[in-house]
Amino acid sequence: MKDFLNSWGLTLAMFVPLAGALVMLLVPKAKEHLHKVIALGTSLVVALIGVLLLTNFDYDNGRTLQFVVDKSWIPFINSRYIIGIDGISLPMIALTMLIVPLCIIYSWNHFPEPKNPKAFLILILILETGMIGTFCAQDLILFFVFFEVVLLPMYFMIGVWGGDKRRYAAMKFFLYTLFGSALMIISFMALYFLSDKVPVPGGGFAHTFDMRLLPMAAAGISTSAALWIFGGMFMGFGIKVPMFPFHTWLPDAHTQAPTVGSVILAAVLLKLGTYGFIRIALPILPHAAERWAPFIGLLAVIGIIYGALCCLAQTDMKRLIAFSSVAHMGFVMLGIATLTDFGINAAIFGMVAHGLITGMLFFVAGSAKERFHTLDIARLGGMLKQMPRMGWILGFSVMASLGLPGLAGFWGEFPAILSAYNPGGGLNVGLFRVYMVVAALGTVLAAAYLLWLFQRVAFGTPKEEFAHDPHVHDVSFTEYVAWVPMLVLIVVLGFFPNIIFHVTNPAVSNMVSAFTGTGS
Amino acid sequence: MLAHLVTFAWDAPSVDLHALAPEIVVAATLVILLLVDAFTSDDQRWAASSIAGIGLLVALIPVATLAYDGVSRVMFGGGYVVDNYALVLKALFLLSGYIVVLLSTNYIAEGDYWEGEYYQMILASVLGMMVMASARDMISIFVALELLSIPAYMMAAWRKRDLKGNEAGLKYYLMGVFASAIMLYGMSVIYGYTGTTLLAEIAPRIGELASSTPLITLGIVFVLIGFAFKVSAVPFHTWAPDTYEGAPTPVTAFLAVASKAAGFVALMTLLFVGFWGRHDVWEPLIWVLAAVTMFVGNLIALRQTNIVRMLAYSGIAQAGYMLAPLAVAGTSPEAASQALHSIVIYLVIYAAMNLGAFAVVLAVARKTRSAELESFGGLFSYAPGLTVAMSIFLFSLAGIPPAAGWFAKIGIFQALASAGTTSGYVLAVVVAVNSVIAFAYYGRLMRFMWFEEAPDGDTTPIRVPASLTAALVITVAVTLVAGIVPSVVTHFTDPISLLALGN
Repeated sequence: MKDFLNSWGLTLAMFVPLAGALVMLLVPKAKEHLHKVIALGTSLVVALIGVLLLTNFDYDNGRTLQFVVDKSWIPFINSRYIIGIDGISLPMIALTMLIVPLCIIYSWNHFPEPKNPKAFLILILILETGMIGTFCAQDLILFFVFFEVVLLPMYFMIGVWGGDKRRYAAMKFFLYTLFGSALMIISFMALYFLSDKVPVPGGGFAHTFDMRLLPMAAAGISTSAALWIFGGMFMGFGIKVPMFPFHTWLPDAHTQAPTVGSVILAAVLLKLGTYGFIRIALPILPHAAERWAPFIGLLAVIGIIYGALCCLAQTDMKRLIAFSSVAHMGFVMLGIATLTDFGINAAIFGMVAHGLITGMLFFVAGSAKERFHTLDIARLGGMLKQMPRMGWILGFSVMASLGLPGLAGFWGEFPAILSAYNPGGGLNVGLFRVYMVVAALGTVLAAAYLLWLFQRVAFGTPKEEFAHDPHVHDVSFTEYVAWVPMLVLIVVLGFFPNIIFHVTNPAVSNMVSAFTGTGS
Repeated sequence: MLAHLVTFAWDAPSVDLHALAPEIVVAATLVILLLVDAFTSDDQRWAASSIAGIGLLVALIPVATLAYDGVSRVMFGGGYVVDNYALVLKALFLLSGYIVVLLSTNYIAEGDYWEGEYYQMILASVLGMMVMASARDMISIFVALELLSIPAYMMAAWRKRDLKGNEAGLKYYLMGVFASAIMLYGMSVIYGYTGTTLLAEIAPRIGELASSTPLITLGIVFVLIGFAFKVSAVPFHTWAPDTYEGAPTPVTAFLAVASKAAGFVALMTLLFVGFWGRHDVWEPLIWVLAAVTMFVGNLIALRQTNIVRMLAYSGIAQAGYMLAPLAVAGTSPEAASQALHSIVIYLVIYAAMNLGAFAVVLAVARKTRSAELESFGGLFSYAPGLTVAMSIFLFSLAGIPPAAGWFAKIGIFQALASAGTTSGYVLAVVVAVNSVIAFAYYGRLMRFMWFEEAPDGDTTPIRVPASLTAALVITVAVTLVAGIVPSVVTHFTDPISLLALGN
């Protein structure tokens, strides 16, 4: 079993969804039920592979890559099919494998207009291939390919199944991310040619895209070139995160996307950016990262405050949650910018927690939209009276999102703020302590906008127009099935954060050792 | 006396028939076609397209045997070379020609447009391209250029009762002749200085000359301008949109792909063999041409409402991407080799994706009788297969994986970065910015197909004839396979090199 997983586990996890999508292509469009069964079955098979990977992962050795496959792919540019996971990728892959089946279950009876479950589910499966592939890839070109593959299904999901301004939102989403990744690929190329040649299996030396070797090979790049290369990657990953001031695509994309699209976008796609920083930019160019870190930290805290202030001004529930994503990703980026193992562990935890919590908030918002046909906060109210269970779930998610201790959100935010007290990599301590104070203020604002949202949506009495609407019913069966795992995980991770820290810490401290000086 | 005359008059060169076999097969097919056309009645003219198609495929056999043989064959005193570079490109021209024949079959038959003559023109033009791939002498390059261009002028004006068709042909002809004249003047200047037309001999002689020889600079610039017309680089692109719009769509596909590729082939041969050593002259010129071509092509494409014109401007921008590696290729033989490979790979992938896009346009126009962007509205609702195919081609043109275009574009980035110069990196950023601009119009077409309703509510399915289906299957397969397993393409392009580069 172990041998099989070692050689095939990750490849299967990456391509089983694609195979499922191909099978669905051959099934006629009219057999909707069959499509749903195939899609769910495929994603469950992937989840099963995920469970096997989780149980066979050597946790004592979380710093080394496991399940590594290294095969020839494009000899012409010396790019290889290298995949593998370590403690940093593992939580992200697990999150992806969990979210996708839940999204398919949630869509079971809730397909947004214009229906067409066949196309919708095929896109979700292609998306899964892209996401898992990005987290597994250990070759820059392979990473780039999966990073881009993710764009296509999302573009169609927003553009076809989205809200009124879907075309604008889809195009904006695509052009922003394309711009970032085009600069990113130039950085990859520069990295390729400027880094030292490495020995190749057949004998001799060659340039490489191998992410395992590049930290060593790139050590000789001059400071100015490294700063430029980091800048290109910063554009690619920073737009995806999204960091202020490149965040403007996010509220539009989130607001217009169908519920499931928003959930996947929030839960996984945004993490591709932060993951890119942790996996590629920081380890390969640690000294450029040290020079960029104050700037990244600055944009991160601006994002925290700016996102929070925007939330306070929103009248649409979904848009509010979208801006809260900007703020939360600010905490993640602040944790990364401290260049400490403490901060980066917190960042990874924050990525998982944000995925679960904001995903939950988007689920609830989607369900509310389906019942009320509006998310205008002023028109909603009295959810606790009209749909008590839904109201409590919303309340729970809101509490988790504002970082209540005992729930998952806390462990992403609190250590990230704390880590800024004593940044690593020879960073300016005074500056980061200012960031820390500002970020702490951000949590107060977060509490304000989230509680205010909850108060306006859930408290009071239902508004006249919806009070006797027969469409408004409490949580349905499929919603329970989709939500309970996420709610349980939010609590479990809140009480036992070590589940994730234990996995990520070895890999992170290994990476952080490249920075000058020692952090907390 | 008589014996003396015979020996004096002509010393027959030794001819390697195997090396010339592909050209001979195409020429023979041309003759057969001419005879068949002359001796068949009107209702049997359909045979013409089959004969042309078979002829092009048969010509691939000697190309394959020559490639298997693997020996570079140099003939006619070094003026005609059959090496891997020539063979890869000959195969590309033959296959593009074959797909154009597939695209033409129904269009020409149903339009009642002189079928026999049409396919003869295609074969003659493909023959010119094949000669171009092997030509290493200014005169044979010129002959090849005319052989491929003159039939193309006629094909552009094939719809002779259509005003736009006449405009297309006339504009293309006048501009083309003008470009040939400039180029020929440049060649004559270079010949005047070096005393030879053989590219391999030109390079050392102009390399020896002091760099301040204005006439050599003038000659190189004039020759480059001639080919800038051919590959429709800005500011020599003005013929392309009008010609593309007015010409029959299969001819447009032929011009946009095969004819442009031939221009690039000549450009590479000239720069890497003939003008190697004088990159101080051509590098800056090409840098500017490439940057301007990308920006102008993409920005004007944004405003187009006619899909063929949009593809024309997109093709101009794509020519800009392909020119870009040449702007840094003179730095070192390694950079030149990178540029050569990246451009050949781009040409192969570009041929598949662009021919495919035109195939979809042809198929849709069979129903809508229009090439306006709006006519693609709601395509997904009644022709999902065509929509998916078109999306694959558009994503490929935009450079999004897993469609092959991403690999082509990565090759360009790699070639630009390999030079390691600031100008190379700046041009790479220009390419990156342009890729984003380009998606705005590819995405707009995608929006019509996927997100909009059919304009007149007519959602009867499209019946795609067999030959178009075949063309679509081939192009989709190449686009996807080359995108997922790029070594399929690099396997063929890996061994190519050009004489002067020596590697």
